[in-house]
Amino acid sequence: MQKVIIIGAGLAGLSASVTLAEHGISCALISLQNSERAQSVLAEGGINASLNTMGENDTVQNHYEDTLRGGVYLADPNAVQNLTFHAPEIVRWLEKLGVPFNMTDSDIMLRNFGGQKKKRTAYARSSTGKIIMTALIDEVRRYEAGGLIQRYPHHEFIQLLTENQACYGVRIQDAYTGKMTDFKGSVLLCSGGMNGVFPEMTTGTTQNSGDVTATVFRQGVTLGNPEMIQYHPTTIGISGKRCLVTEAARGEGGRLCIMQNQQKYYFMEEKYPELGNLMPRDVVAREMYFIRRKYGGEVFLDMTELSSVTWQKKLSDLRQEIMHYLALDPKTDLIPVREGIHYFMGGIDTDEYHRTNFRNLYAAGECTCQYHGANRLGGNSMLGALYGGRKSAETIIKTAEFLTEENQEVSVSVPEKASPVLIQKISQILLSGLGIVRNQETLLKQLNALEVLANQRTYSFYEQNRLLLAEAMLRSALERRESRGAHYREDYPDKNDNFRKTTIAECDDKNRVRISFRPIPEKRADI
Amino acid sequence: MITLKLEILRRKHPEDVPHWESYDYQTEDETANIAVALTELNQKIENPVRWECSCLQKKCGACAMVIQNRPRLACDTPLKEFSKAGTVRIEPLRKFPVVADLIVDRSILFQNLETMKVWFAEEAKTKGSQMAYEASRCLQCGCCLEICPNFYAGGTFSGMSATLPTARLLTALPESQKKELCRAYRKYIYEGCGKSLACRNVCPAGIEIDKLLVNSNAVAVWKRKLKHET
Repeated sequence: MQKVIIIGAGLAGLSASVTLAEHGISCALISLQNSERAQSVLAEGGINASLNTMGENDTVQNHYEDTLRGGVYLADPNAVQNLTFHAPEIVRWLEKLGVPFNMTDSDIMLRNFGGQKKKRTAYARSSTGKIIMTALIDEVRRYEAGGLIQRYPHHEFIQLLTENQACYGVRIQDAYTGKMTDFKGSVLLCSGGMNGVFPEMTTGTTQNSGDVTATVFRQGVTLGNPEMIQYHPTTIGISGKRCLVTEAARGEGGRLCIMQNQQKYYFMEEKYPELGNLMPRDVVAREMYFIRRKYGGEVFLDMTELSSVTWQKKLSDLRQEIMHYLALDPKTDLIPVREGIHYFMGGIDTDEYHRTNFRNLYAAGECTCQYHGANRLGGNSMLGALYGGRKSAETIIKTAEFLTEENQEVSVSVPEKASPVLIQKISQILLSGLGIVRNQETLLKQLNALEVLANQRTYSFYEQNRLLLAEAMLRSALERRESRGAHYREDYPDKNDNFRKTTIAECDDKNRVRISFRPIPEKRADI
Repeated sequence: MITLKLEILRRKHPEDVPHWESYDYQTEDETANIAVALTELNQKIENPVRWECSCLQKKCGACAMVIQNRPRLACDTPLKEFSKAGTVRIEPLRKFPVVADLIVDRSILFQNLETMKVWFAEEAKTKGSQMAYEASRCLQCGCCLEICPNFYAGGTFSGMSATLPTARLLTALPESQKKELCRAYRKYIYEGCGKSLACRNVCPAGIEIDKLLVNSNAVAVWKRKLKHET
């Protein structure tokens, strides 16, 4: 019988399951689809670790400082210290699992990534997520065969089983048979970002619906910084979604420009001479937005100066992808790019040990608000998922109450999914309110529109959850009266350290959403 | 404007008698693909077509199905290919048990890998191997099995979807697993593969299957390593 139930089988879920298995603890790994279909396989550019293999005197301290600064000091410094100091160990572990990272003559090669002055990003061409996932899936299989990890593919999270601020399991539905089961045990949520809140408008998968986050929020689990949404500077529109053009394109020498009098104007390099095109994503996305607003036209990614060796050895997958979708060859053509929703820094609120406000309920990976503060650095997402998975499993081992109850099949009616029409309506409201540039007037208008929508008819369980989540996101953005990282308010364009606090969104038992601010923990001594 | 008749083989549950249903579909998006069409269709019809999808950019293999008699990913199949004919036939993969409509149960893919013990039992020495990279790209979508003349569910031959993950291990064959893994490779792959290489033509990831197969055969069957691989 499983004692720990993990929701989600992407990088965070797999990492947690392996850590538990290494300690002899069994778990149920629950996901609607197999790990090969998880959003983690879409990660491209790489994973950060100050391995210092490129002769640049990089240190874990540098990685720590860059991550905190990149997130504009909204992240928990103790959590970030743990993350960055353990990053080299995580990448070495992946190497041992057989991840064929690009290599120098003797060691793992690192590339430049945004917001970091030193080469720190380990990679496997431009399909790093997929290649890491393959190795990790094999490792999980080893423990599956030994019986410690039991996979439940095609199983879907319905809701938490809770009592008095404690979680004792989850209700799960088999999507193939419709059968509902109450799984009893401690629960770790690794359910990914809230992409489904913005259908077709993000670089993510259709599987990351945001329903898990919306449901647990409704059940009383608090969210942190839900207003912090990352717009990736370089995405292209393809049928049905935004497609990512990896930051590695700029890390390897790609440059952003607009055309002025038939000349290329490299606006980032002029304004930010030191990091240029590799400023943190929030800065680049905002500059792109403003330069388009000022001059009109498109922003282009100029990769025409990249060498043939770079294309062949480091970015071959990216070139194929661009040629496939745009019928343009980045070796010779400028690529029109736009900002697109890519990552959710906010989410389920946890402490540095990945505990939520419910006993026996933990969360890791993109579904949490951990590690990235107001803006995530490229290369830190896979690290956050892998390390977060491991850290949460270690916390579970130390603190969870291991329940002994058997799983129980239940006969309850299946909740109706949110209607696509409503999802689109909510998405439009959120897109209007939570763009790259925000202000009070628009946020109030969109909150009003959401209220009108909420009062239009009676909604199903999932629909109500989504409406409440949307309200939490908008109200968090309204209450944060400053500009920080991905949250830019034209009416409060400066950073205000009175708001250097975590936005906390809570939903009470009468479905009222409350927003408050919690101080960031003080940093303890160095590790 | 693309105007198409989508003919979809439907069934409500595994025991249901399959039947074709036809839907008119129109879009102004000249780049639209089958995945987009199915998503939009489902927003309009009373009994949505059940199918699986995830990444929508041919990186996850979820939406593999048989489209006009060919196993493909719905997200990688542009509608304009069929606009001249005016109709496209969509059905589930045929070598796996059908769950409903276009959803099939592909668990045999993963069971085969477990049977063959596809994992590194010791520290991997794949350092920077381009072959390990190529082998790692397999989507486990099942298209290769659909087209394979030698694979059938429940048979001994595990097919190309098991060959590629095994090839990843064989690029850096661990000493402690040498005997067992080579034996499994010969039994479940080498002896069953008729080398038709039809899989190569349908692999949505465009994996260099021949190269990996040659290397794996060399290592597991002929006990030698190809010189060109690092």
